[in-house]
Amino acid sequence: MISTLGAFVTKEIRHILRDRQTLTILLLMPLVQVVLFGYALRSDVRDVRLAIVDPSPDYATLELRNRFQAARRFKIVATERSISRIEPLFRKSKIDLVVSLDPDFAAHIEAGEPARVFIAVDASDPNTGSTMQAYARAVIAEYEQDLGAKGASAVRIAPEVRMRFNPTLESVNLFIPGLIALVLTLVSALMTAISLSREKERGTLEILLVSPLRPWQIIVGKVLPYLALAFANALTALLAAWLIFDVPFRGSVTLLLVECIIYSMVSLAIGVLVATLTATQRVAMLVALLATMLPSTLLSGMVFPLASMPRILQVLSNVVPAKWFIVVARGIMLKGVGLEHLWKETLVLTGMTMAFMIIAVRSFKARVA
Amino acid sequence: MTAPAAQPAELAIVAHDLTRRFGNFTAVDHITFDVKAGEVFGFLGANGAGKTTAIKMLTGLLAPSEGDARVAGLDLKTETEQIRQRIGYMSQRFSLYEDLTVLENIALYGGIYGLTDKQIADRSAAMLSTLGLTDEMVAKLPLGWKQKLSFSVALLHEPAIVFLDEPTGGVDPITRRQFWEMIYAAAARGTTVFVTTHYMDEAEYCDRISIMVDGRIATMGTPLELKEQWNVPSIDELFVRLARPT
Repeated sequence: MISTLGAFVTKEIRHILRDRQTLTILLLMPLVQVVLFGYALRSDVRDVRLAIVDPSPDYATLELRNRFQAARRFKIVATERSISRIEPLFRKSKIDLVVSLDPDFAAHIEAGEPARVFIAVDASDPNTGSTMQAYARAVIAEYEQDLGAKGASAVRIAPEVRMRFNPTLESVNLFIPGLIALVLTLVSALMTAISLSREKERGTLEILLVSPLRPWQIIVGKVLPYLALAFANALTALLAAWLIFDVPFRGSVTLLLVECIIYSMVSLAIGVLVATLTATQRVAMLVALLATMLPSTLLSGMVFPLASMPRILQVLSNVVPAKWFIVVARGIMLKGVGLEHLWKETLVLTGMTMAFMIIAVRSFKARVA
Repeated sequence: MTAPAAQPAELAIVAHDLTRRFGNFTAVDHITFDVKAGEVFGFLGANGAGKTTAIKMLTGLLAPSEGDARVAGLDLKTETEQIRQRIGYMSQRFSLYEDLTVLENIALYGGIYGLTDKQIADRSAAMLSTLGLTDEMVAKLPLGWKQKLSFSVALLHEPAIVFLDEPTGGVDPITRRQFWEMIYAAAARGTTVFVTTHYMDEAEYCDRISIMVDGRIATMGTPLELKEQWNVPSIDELFVRLARPT
């Protein structure tokens, strides 16, 4: 029994190792994806070109200016006494953001009167615009808070914006868990579906089924090597996230890797199921892509927040394994929580794995009997 | 191992009213026949006559809708697992792995059938020298060699019965001849050969043949008997007469 399975797994590993091109792509994919998505798909904005209008510099305005100077996101490109000097630059898109301070800023603060700050943003791209504005507000709010602590009454500015767990507003931190899900889905579901349906298409599956090899052994033999590959991919993606983007790992890395394996198994089971239900490699590939990649990117909360989706999509997202995995991965990486908070999601993923595996083996048997 | 109502030991396959339906279509319609041990049995029929469906039932790939059969002395319905160990199968399509080498393919099937490493090594070496092959990628072999290799691999675990589904399709006449020499050699070693073909000259090489028409066995016997019985000069002519009744 063991040697039978062993011979089959050996053969699968040979297939994988022999197809150098595919293997290279599979191994490099997590790295490329993390780097590309990490840099390209971020919604935060860097190097905001800032102009400050300070008609009467005093200690308070200088302090505020210093704070902008110190904030990594801003690059102060102009400091003027009058807004009229700034306007042409703004129109020519040399400046993204203008922070204009009231005259007698410090005097207003000391008198307990509102010291006004006007913020003008280049909102030609509305999303970027509102993001930049939020950054500026954050800097001012912090200053306001520090002043408040010293007993001076407030500079009248922004409503409080709280950014818990992601204080620096790094969107890459939010993407990485989703990316890992995506990579694991791709390798696990897609590759198993292709590899199993290839046997079907070539007719080799018939020979295997006539042999003493049991259906479950064929499935396990197909799944094991890809599980190893998926694990390697998860490691690569995590390492890239950590080394290149400084994504934090606040929780247990071991737990995260275990969850990665559970999630891979769900995807592998889906891949097997797809292969049993389709006739050719090509169809299997398309179905696997549609059934896994699309929901994993769109309905998982990876890119688009689930909370802002219509009710029906929110309900539907519950059957998407990636949704649960992303909650788990974000919890572990960003919040540093453990199994005591994530047992429900873990249970759902484990349940999905078992359900899909049983359905896959059943339908595999039904198709060949 | 008690086998009530088992066939005499010299019968390799006994089929009784074996039937398979797909919806309303009856692909195999109550066929009854037997194959003696060590015999080369030709299972003839036009495309779509039901040959492949019958083979799939006998090899356990398809469950019969009706009827029963004993293969290698074992019950097709209840002793499927034991049957698998005792039969070899070569399908219509070339079914070794092209991206593996000859030896890797042999090692795979040897392992699946539970041969020891030593058995695998010995039989691989013997196979390479008999076929005159070196260990290279299967993809690089010409079709004729591939078919001969497939056949040898189907015999690797020394099955009692080997099922060959149109093994010589698309192969040149010289290779076909060599292939039949291999079939005779296997039969001489005691292996029962169950072969489907639609080359009628090959039918003449078989010990006994049956001709299937529309899911039924239209006639069965040795090639000589059948030619006398139907008064035809060749099996080819008999086949045409049965397959196109006008």
